[in-house]
Amino acid sequence: MATLKDIQLKISAVKKTRQITKAMNMVAASRLRGAQSGMEAFRPFAGKFAEVLGSLAERAGEETNPLLVPKEEVKNIHVVLCTSDRGLCGGFNANLIEKAAAFMKEKAGADIAFSLTNFGKKGRDWCRKENLQIDSEHLGVVGTTIPFSIASTAGKTLVDAFLADTYDEVYIIYAEFVSMARQIPGLQQLLPIPPIETGETEESEAAGAYLPEHICEPSTDALLGDMLPKNVYVQIYSALLETSTSEHAARMMAMDNATKACNDMLENLTLVYNKARQAAITAELMDIVGGAEALKG
Amino acid sequence: MAANIHLEVVTPEKIVVSEEAQIVASPGSMGEFGVLSGHTPFLTTLKTGMIRYTDASGKENYVFVSGGFAEALPGKVTVLAESAEKSNDIDVKRAKEAFERAEKRLAEDRTREDIDFARARASLERATVRIRVAGIN
Repeated sequence: MATLKDIQLKISAVKKTRQITKAMNMVAASRLRGAQSGMEAFRPFAGKFAEVLGSLAERAGEETNPLLVPKEEVKNIHVVLCTSDRGLCGGFNANLIEKAAAFMKEKAGADIAFSLTNFGKKGRDWCRKENLQIDSEHLGVVGTTIPFSIASTAGKTLVDAFLADTYDEVYIIYAEFVSMARQIPGLQQLLPIPPIETGETEESEAAGAYLPEHICEPSTDALLGDMLPKNVYVQIYSALLETSTSEHAARMMAMDNATKACNDMLENLTLVYNKARQAAITAELMDIVGGAEALKG
Repeated sequence: MAANIHLEVVTPEKIVVSEEAQIVASPGSMGEFGVLSGHTPFLTTLKTGMIRYTDASGKENYVFVSGGFAEALPGKVTVLAESAEKSNDIDVKRAKEAFERAEKRLAEDRTREDIDFARARASLERATVRIRVAGIN
């Protein structure tokens, strides 16, 4: 049986761990607020953007823009994988990577080549280990305040590569922020741009009376041509925001669980400690009593 | 006097301007255009440039925009831009640095493959306009 000293050491070790997990929990919580406000700040832009794009797409001929047209033969599939840079966030990265692996397995074929763009170190490390082709990587992005320029630069590279037939299809895998306790890996097709929903939102219906009469400069098609690549950037940006928010939420949960586990351990250890102490006292008493009896003897 | 029109300048990162204006002038890609209340529905892409608007109290304001488009409705102008800054929020020092960097790049040999000249030109343009807008007030 462990000695009193051993148990005491163990208790203080667990206490220190608990302090760290607690601190990380609080850090994640404050970062989460930052990330969430970033998401909220993006919402007006995204909403308006989707509305305008929808109304434009409705009026423009669908087949006019090469970004909308699926390639006849799909040989090169590009995957944008968003993960976090750092661990200690439960199954967060594992889930995303698993999603990527499953997706590539599903799409795999004899003459299909995969390549990846990585946001986040965990995904990149995985790709390196699996010997996958990494076309570009961005570290230190997810989990911070993300400038839009990162999404637009990365997006532009993708759009150019798509137009140059380097990629035939582009997908993005990111962590969808459902709630504080739930983040699910999401998959979206970036290119060719899937048919744009023209479904009217409540807001656009209110303003909808005007929409068909818009005068467009330079022309509807030119406007659409300008907005479609931007749509890709917007999607990447929103995916990055969601992944960041999810990362912090996942870490908060993981650290919360770790703190709870520490508490449980402490409780058990204290019990063991008290028992051991009591046993030691009893043993000593027995010794004294035994000694006294012997002297009397 | 004519009624005011609501101006909203939005970037992915934040709402830059949301206020009532008497008149809004924006740098459309086919030329600058001014919007008063009651404008016919209008949609256009924007050049890198400056939005000028007169707020309800009659004060002139300037906003730098780049990479965006504007939608005008009878009572509302919405500008969606990749980046936008009010004239007094512009980081002049950074713009000047960007200006010098871009100029240096453009001075390089045109046949060099590793430099994206189109991007450097765009960057130079943004920096120039930023400095100009910041210098107005």
